[in-house]
Amino acid sequence: MSESPLWTVSVSPHIKSGESVERIMWTVVGCLLPPLILSVFIFGFQTLIITLVSVGACVATEAITQKLFHRPITIRDGSAVITGLLLAYIIPPGVPYWIPVLGAVMAVYVAKHLLGGIGFNIFNPALIGRAFLVATFPVAMTSAWLPPIRDASIFKYMGPGIDAISTATPLYVLKHYGIQAVIEKFGSMSTIYGDFFIGWRPGCIGETSALLLLLGGLYLLYKRYITWHIPVSVIVTIAFLTWVFGGEKLFAGSPLLAILSGGVMLGAFFMATDYVTSPSQPTGKLIFGAGIGALTVLIRFKGGYPEGICYAILLMNPLAPALEGWFRPRRFAPEKGAFK
Amino acid sequence: MSETLLTFQKGGVHPHESKALTQHLPIETLPIPEGVEILLSQHFGAPCEPLVKKKDQVAEGDVIGEVEAGLGACIHASVSGKIRNIATSANPVSISSPSIIIKTDPEAEPRVNTPCNWMDLSREELLARIKSAGIVGIGGAGFPTHVKLSPPPEAKVDTLILNGAECEPYLTTDHRLMLEHPQEVIEGAKIILTILGIQECHIGIEANKSDAIEEMKRVSREVSSNGFRISIDPLKVRYPQGSEKQLIESITGRRGPGVGLPFDVGAIVQNVGTARAIYEAVVLEKPLYEKIVTISGRGIERPANLLVRVGTKLSDIVSFLGGTRPDLAKVVMGGPMMGFAIPTLDIPITKTTSGVIFLTNDEIDTNPHGQCIRCGWCLDACPMGLSPNEIGIYVEGGRAEETSQFGLFECFECGCCAYTCPAKRPLVQFIRLAKMKAKK
Ligand code: SF4
Ligand code: SF4
Repeated sequence: MSESPLWTVSVSPHIKSGESVERIMWTVVGCLLPPLILSVFIFGFQTLIITLVSVGACVATEAITQKLFHRPITIRDGSAVITGLLLAYIIPPGVPYWIPVLGAVMAVYVAKHLLGGIGFNIFNPALIGRAFLVATFPVAMTSAWLPPIRDASIFKYMGPGIDAISTATPLYVLKHYGIQAVIEKFGSMSTIYGDFFIGWRPGCIGETSALLLLLGGLYLLYKRYITWHIPVSVIVTIAFLTWVFGGEKLFAGSPLLAILSGGVMLGAFFMATDYVTSPSQPTGKLIFGAGIGALTVLIRFKGGYPEGICYAILLMNPLAPALEGWFRPRRFAPEKGAFK
Repeated sequence: MSETLLTFQKGGVHPHESKALTQHLPIETLPIPEGVEILLSQHFGAPCEPLVKKKDQVAEGDVIGEVEAGLGACIHASVSGKIRNIATSANPVSISSPSIIIKTDPEAEPRVNTPCNWMDLSREELLARIKSAGIVGIGGAGFPTHVKLSPPPEAKVDTLILNGAECEPYLTTDHRLMLEHPQEVIEGAKIILTILGIQECHIGIEANKSDAIEEMKRVSREVSSNGFRISIDPLKVRYPQGSEKQLIESITGRRGPGVGLPFDVGAIVQNVGTARAIYEAVVLEKPLYEKIVTISGRGIERPANLLVRVGTKLSDIVSFLGGTRPDLAKVVMGGPMMGFAIPTLDIPITKTTSGVIFLTNDEIDTNPHGQCIRCGWCLDACPMGLSPNEIGIYVEGGRAEETSQFGLFECFECGCCAYTCPAKRPLVQFIRLAKMKAKK
């Protein structure tokens, strides 16, 4: 009989579910890849370069920061990769390649590690990175839009002179010139819905394909890595408020256009659902999502930018701990002597 | 099964059942070992005082230890032989505790038990037999059964629940018991009903034991009901279905207080194994000195369901089953969700041991834990509606004393939270630490 004193002796439970942080994070990465591949065909090959720079910079910043802070290096868990992907996905496709590097440092060093460290950071790191870039490079970040490529010439925008071909996003046109201008620029309503659903419209690198983002989000739902509460409440709130207030008169807005443009799908499924910066219980999630939806619409209609979901999420992030505290699960039966 | 399965509302997890290793194996009797070590403190309650001394001769079933004051249950010789010593043995919970060591007399005649008709006995006589048989709750902490069956008069108990859920992975003793000795379990239930003066009994069994459910149903239909209403209730397979509070909720819909005894909701829960022990104590006047245990896991050569004498050392069981495998990584006394990891095979079986699980590296998870990512999965998994993530974070931050706001003392350490945590946080360990600190 083999007698060995080296058995592990630890506190129960002695078996664990097969899930792990790595598995969740890399699954999210997998769900984010199809929109990236499609973006190469929509906006050209440089989107891939921008994204790789962003991911590389985030991973490097994480490793260096953890080394400096003498913390365990956790780049293998995939969370810095997600930050890098999301940061690139909310950047216009025509920006210079070095732009995401600054955003990455801001996202990972400041937003993730200085503001609390993993698990305690208040704000979504990628969104802080983007907010910083918009504040510092307002021109590039709000005008480097490219018209979608229709003929598969994916290297079209790699040469100099991108400025000359920059275009405007549907939300910009809608905000400043109204729905008629959108139809003139992007085709009939049915063409618009089709193109926007698949992803052929001006916009940030990874935000345009509602279809692929939806599929990725559905897979995360199926894996139970996220629940429906936040995405549904964000999307429904935006659709409803746009329908009520988004038209020439009340109840005349276009809810479908509202959720197919801007970063609604990306934000609702992949950014507002970030565990660390969102509440975890159903009621808290519904309020959180509704808040994001309402702020998004408010910024779109009344704010200085045509799109508002990034700021809306950032504004709601600090409320997450309070929502978590207010809406804890119902205790089994905390009062003594309860007889139901 | 077309029947709707009963279950509890909040939380729970569904770990891999791993019962296929032993659920088809009939209960096998372990040959009487050369010697046994009977712990004086086997469970909840006061330890026993020895009634024998070195070199005394004892016969199988003799009382050898008794509780002088306070809550407890007496202990019996599980083999006939000579007292070799009263000394300390390894114990699953603390480092070591005193025990009575008996050297078996291989020539001794086995004990003969003649059945009697328990219907002729009074309630007091029934309780006295249970008490002198040293019966304790077999499934869990080992609460003395005669005490549990004498609820205070204001308690208004109207339902007996027999726990055949066996929700811990790997364990199959209750399953085999219900399949092989259903009459004895049901007879035990009737004795308990008689003691309590009530008619209503529900036997809850997780749906993964459909053969046991059918068998128990068949027997409960066949035996004369004597006015008792005994129903077999299939339960959804969901851990911790067999926890007292969850089981009462699943079957009666009543929720007891977070901290407190099930009397408060008018129900008494007994394990099916305890019911069978009560049958043996009352009908055969046989004390509790044998246990059915599941020996399982991929780290043992031959997994089995064994009937063993209390006090049998694990090492004797392991050699009977062909030894351990080289990749053995952890030995757990009890189920993998709530059992204790043990460092040695010198530990004797007690009245409350339901199994010993030999886990290999692929069955356990040795990854280091990380920071809480606030996914909230532990909140969803906790059947008591607590916030184990916060308790963990507070304990790490040195603020263990402030954790009772999260319901610390309602936690019964089921382990659902730590099982589900993707960051592998040792939440039960944090909770135990917090309980120790907060009590001071
Ligand atoms: S161990 Fe305690 S905190 Fe964790 S799930 Fe079970 S009851 Fe809840
Ligand atoms: S399951 Fe683990 S990581 Fe998730 S909230 Fe609970 S303690 Fe934190």
